[in-house]
Amino acid sequence: MSERTDQIGDRPAGLELQRREFYSYVSGVVLALILTLVPFGLVHFGHAPVTTVYWVIGCLAFVQMIVHFRFFLHIGFRQKREDLQLILFSAVLLIIMIGGTVWIMGSLAGRMMLPLQP
Amino acid sequence: MSTASIVYDIIGRFTMHSLPFYDMVQNPTKENLINGSIAGFAACVAVGGLVIVVAGITYLKKWRWLWSEWLTSTDHKKIGIMYVVIAFVMMGRAIIEAILMRAQQAWGLDGGFLSPNHFGQLFSTHGTIMIFFMAMPFLIGVINYVMPLQIGARDVSFPVLNSISLMLTAAGAILIMASLVFGQFSTGGWFGYPPYTEAHFLPGVGPDYWIWALSLSGLGSTLTGINFAVTIFKERAPGMKLFYMPLFTWAALCTSIMMIFAMPPLTVATAQLALDRYLGFHYFTNELGGDMMHFVNLFWIFGHPEVYILIIPAFGIYSEVFSTYSGKALFGYASMVLAIMCIAILSFTVWVHHFFTMGQGPSINAVYGIASMLIGIPTGVKIYDWMWTMFRGRVRITAPMIYAIGFIVLFVLGGMSGIVLANPSVDFQVHNTDFLVAHFHNVIIPGVLFGLIAGYHFWFPKVFGYRLDERWGIFAACCWTLGFMLAFFPLYALGIMGLPRRTVAYAQPAYVPLEMAAFGGALLIGVALLSLLIQLVVSYLHRDENRVPVGDPWDGRSLEWACAAPPPEYNFPVIPMVSDRDAFTAAKAFGTAYLPPAEYVDITLPKNAAMGPVIGALGFAIAFGLVWHIWWLVCLATLGAFATMIVRGFARDTTKTIPAAEVEAEYEQWLEVVRAATPVTRADETRPVNQGLADQTALGAAS
Amino acid sequence: MSQEVFHYPGLNLGKAHPRTHAIAQTTIFGFWVFLMSDAILFGLVFSSYVTSVHATAGAPGPKQLFDITSVFAETLLLLASSFTFGMASLSMKYSHSKRRLVGWLVLTLVLGAGFLGLETHDFLTMVAKGGAPEHSGFLSAFWDLVPLHGLHVTGGSIWLICLLGQIKRYGLDTRTKLDIMRLALFWHFLDIVWIAIFTVVYLAGLA
Repeated sequence: MSERTDQIGDRPAGLELQRREFYSYVSGVVLALILTLVPFGLVHFGHAPVTTVYWVIGCLAFVQMIVHFRFFLHIGFRQKREDLQLILFSAVLLIIMIGGTVWIMGSLAGRMMLPLQP
Repeated sequence: MSTASIVYDIIGRFTMHSLPFYDMVQNPTKENLINGSIAGFAACVAVGGLVIVVAGITYLKKWRWLWSEWLTSTDHKKIGIMYVVIAFVMMGRAIIEAILMRAQQAWGLDGGFLSPNHFGQLFSTHGTIMIFFMAMPFLIGVINYVMPLQIGARDVSFPVLNSISLMLTAAGAILIMASLVFGQFSTGGWFGYPPYTEAHFLPGVGPDYWIWALSLSGLGSTLTGINFAVTIFKERAPGMKLFYMPLFTWAALCTSIMMIFAMPPLTVATAQLALDRYLGFHYFTNELGGDMMHFVNLFWIFGHPEVYILIIPAFGIYSEVFSTYSGKALFGYASMVLAIMCIAILSFTVWVHHFFTMGQGPSINAVYGIASMLIGIPTGVKIYDWMWTMFRGRVRITAPMIYAIGFIVLFVLGGMSGIVLANPSVDFQVHNTDFLVAHFHNVIIPGVLFGLIAGYHFWFPKVFGYRLDERWGIFAACCWTLGFMLAFFPLYALGIMGLPRRTVAYAQPAYVPLEMAAFGGALLIGVALLSLLIQLVVSYLHRDENRVPVGDPWDGRSLEWACAAPPPEYNFPVIPMVSDRDAFTAAKAFGTAYLPPAEYVDITLPKNAAMGPVIGALGFAIAFGLVWHIWWLVCLATLGAFATMIVRGFARDTTKTIPAAEVEAEYEQWLEVVRAATPVTRADETRPVNQGLADQTALGAAS
Repeated sequence: MSQEVFHYPGLNLGKAHPRTHAIAQTTIFGFWVFLMSDAILFGLVFSSYVTSVHATAGAPGPKQLFDITSVFAETLLLLASSFTFGMASLSMKYSHSKRRLVGWLVLTLVLGAGFLGLETHDFLTMVAKGGAPEHSGFLSAFWDLVPLHGLHVTGGSIWLICLLGQIKRYGLDTRTKLDIMRLALFWHFLDIVWIAIFTVVYLAGLA
C-alpha cells in the first residue's frame, strides 16, 4: 500500500477539521485542569466533613474520567457502537467486581470487628 | 565470599534434597521407599519421555522441520493442533495422578501407602493441570482450529500473538512437568489458599511453581481471549452477521470475552501472593494487617467465570454435534445464543458461592446464592433446545453422540447437585466434603471433557484428513461414561457421610466399599484414556481406507466443512459470501458448494515468526529462575524478553504472498477429487466408502 | 472525508488507503480490548487497596506519608503529557513535518520522565518515613497499586523511545503510525487511571 494516499486531500476541510480537533484537546485540558484543581483545593484548604469531601471528589473524578474519554480518547456516540459497548461492558464488570469485593470484605471486616478507618 | 554463597548465586536454592529419590536413598524407611519410588518413577517417565522425543527427532533429522513447520508457525490450524497435543499429554499425567489418589483413598482406612505430603502434591497438580493445562489448552486449541474456519477467515487477527500465547501456555506446562524432577510441587491445592501457601508455612519451591505456572498460562489465556474476540468481531466473512454465526463461534466469543475479563483477578491474586512470598508484603499473612480472605475473594472472582470459560465452548461443540448428527438445524438458535450470553454475564455475579462459610453476612450469601441458582435457567433452556434438536431428527448414534447424550443425562444430575449447593444453608453442611468433589467433577467431566473429546472425534477428519476408528471410539465413550459414574457417584454418598475432601486417610470402615467402587471407576477411566490412545494408533495405521479428502464426512452445516480436509494454509481460496445460518448446508442445497470462484486473487499470509518460541523459552527461564531464586537467570531472561519485543517492533517484512495461480492450481486439483468422489448417504458415513462428499438427494439430508 | 467519520475510537488516521483502515480497525480495537482487560486489573488492585485502608497495623498511615504538593505536581505533569501526546497525534494525522511530531513526542517523554522522577522521590521519602511495604497490609496494598501505575508509565516511556527509533529508521510508515496510535491510547488511559489514584489514594487518604 502506498504511503502517499495517507496525505490529506482536500486542504480546507482538513484544516477546519484540524482546528476543531485542536480545540477539542484544549477544552479537554482546561476542563481537566479545573476538575483537578477543585478537589485538590478542597482537600488542602477546605474544612468540609470527610463524607462530603469523599462524595465531592468521587463525583469530580468520575466527571474528569468522562472528560478524558471524550476529549482525549475521542469516545462518543458518533463512532461505531461496538467500542462504546466494550467500554460500558467493562465498566459494568468493574462495578460488579469492585462493588462485590467492597461489600463482601467490608461485611467480613465488620463481623470480625476490624476497624474500618485507620 | 564463601563457596556456599557462590553456589547459591549460581543454582539458587537447589540442593540434592530437591531430587525426588534423594530422601529415599538417604533414609530408606518403608514410607520413604514407596513415595520415593513413585516420585522417582514419575521423574524418570518425564525425563525419559523428553529424552525419547529429543532422540527421536534427532534420529529422524526433524529439527529443522519441527522449527519451521510447527514451532514458528503462525497458522491458527497448526497452533490449534499443538494446543491439543499439550492438553492430551497433560491429561495423561493428571489421570494417572487421579488413579493414584483413588487408590490411596481406597486403602486409606489404615493410612494407605502415600505420605500426606505426596498426596497433597497429587491433588494440587491434578487440579492445576486439569484446569489450566488440560481443559484450557484443549478448548483453546479446538477454538483456534475451528473458529476461523467457521467464520470464513484466513487466520486470527493477530497470528504472532497467537503463537506467543501458545508458547507461554507450553512454558507453564513444562514448568509443571519440571516440578516432577526438580523439587516438589505445592501441597496447597489448585487454588493455593494462603496463609498456608505463604513463605512462613510452605517455604519451599512448591507454591512458587504453582504461582509462576499459573501466571504464564494466565497471561497466555488473556492474550488468546483478546485475539479470539477481535477475530470474531472483525474477521467474519462478508454477509456473516453476528446472528448467522454457528453456535460454536458464539460460544468461542463468550468464552474469549470471559477470558479477557476473568483472567486479571487471577493475575492480581497470584501476583500479590508472589509479593508476599518474595518481598515480604502482607496481603494474605496472619499478621500486620494481612487478610487471607482477600485471596479467597480475588481467586473466585476469577475462579467462577473460569469454570464457565471451560464449559461454554463445550456447549458450543454439543450444539454442533447434536445438530449435525440429527441432520437438523439447531432448535431455538436465538434462545441458545441468549442463554450462553446470560450464563456468561451471570457467571461474574456468583463467585461467593465458593466461600459461603467464610464469615460474611447472611444477606450477601442469600444474594449470591440466588444468583447462582438463576444460572440453572439458561442452562435448562439449552438442555431442552438440544433435546428438541434431536426430536424427529435422523439421529445417528456415533461416538460424539454417545458423549453428547451421556452429557445431557449426567450434566443435569451435576447441575441439580449444584442447585443444592447454591443454597447457603445446605452448603454449610457439605462444604469441603466429597459431595463437592462429586459435584464439580459431575459438571466438569460430562460437561467439559466429554464435549472436548466429542469435538476431537467430530473435527479430527477435518484436521488430519481421515476419520477416527469408530469402534474404539464407541468403546472409549462407553468406558468414559460408565467409569465416570462409578468413580464419582459414590463420592456424593461419601460426602454426605462426612468424608472431607482431600482426606489422605480415615478411620471409618463404612467408607471402604464406596471408596473401592470409586477406585474401580477411576481404573475404568484409565481404560477409557488408553482406548483413546489405541484408537489414535489404529486410525493412523488404517488412515488410507478412512480418508475424507473432500472434507465433509458428516454432512456438516457450517463453513469449516466447505474446504478440503486437511484445509490449505489459507483456508479458503476465495473468502465465501454468507447469506444465512448454516452457510454450508445452504450452499449444498442450492448446489453452489463445490463451484470454482469467478476469479482467484493473491493471498497475503503472515510469515513464520520466531517470536513465539523465543518468548516462551524466556518466559520459562524467568519462571524457573524465580522458583529456584536463580537471580542471574531471571535478569538475563527478562532483558532478553524486552530485547525480543523491541527487535520485533522493528520488523517490517512480516507477510508472504501466495500467488493466485498457485491457489487456482491447488483448488482445481481438489475440485477434481470432489468430482471423482461418490456421494454417500448417512448410513455409510462410518464406512471406507465415505470420502467426505455428502449425498444431498437422500431423504432429510438437508432440512 | 467531508464529515468526520470515526472508524475506531481514539484519533483516526487521516485519509488513508481502505486496506490500511481495515488493519487499523482491527489493531486499534484489539488494543482497546487489552486496555479494558488492564482496567479490570487496576480495578481489582483498587478494590484490594480500598478494603485494606484500615489495616495499618500500627505502621504510618496516609496522613503521615502522603505529600499533597508533590502529588499535585505529578498530576499536572501527567495531564500536560496527555495534552502533548494529543498534539503529537494531531501532527501525525494532519501530516505536519516529521520534526514537529518528534518534537511533541520528545516533550511527552520528558514530562513522563519528570512524573516518574517525582514519583520515585515520593516513594523514597515514604520509605524513609517508615512506609515500606512490609510494615502493614495497608502499605502492601499501596505499594501494589501506585507502583503498578508507575511501571505502566515506565513501560509506555520505553515504548515511546522505541517508537522514536522506528521513526528514525523507517519514517512514518503504516506500522509506526499504528504503534503511535496505540501508545496514544495507552498514555491517555494511564492518565485516567491516575485520576482514580490521586482521588482514591491521595485525596481520600488526606481528607
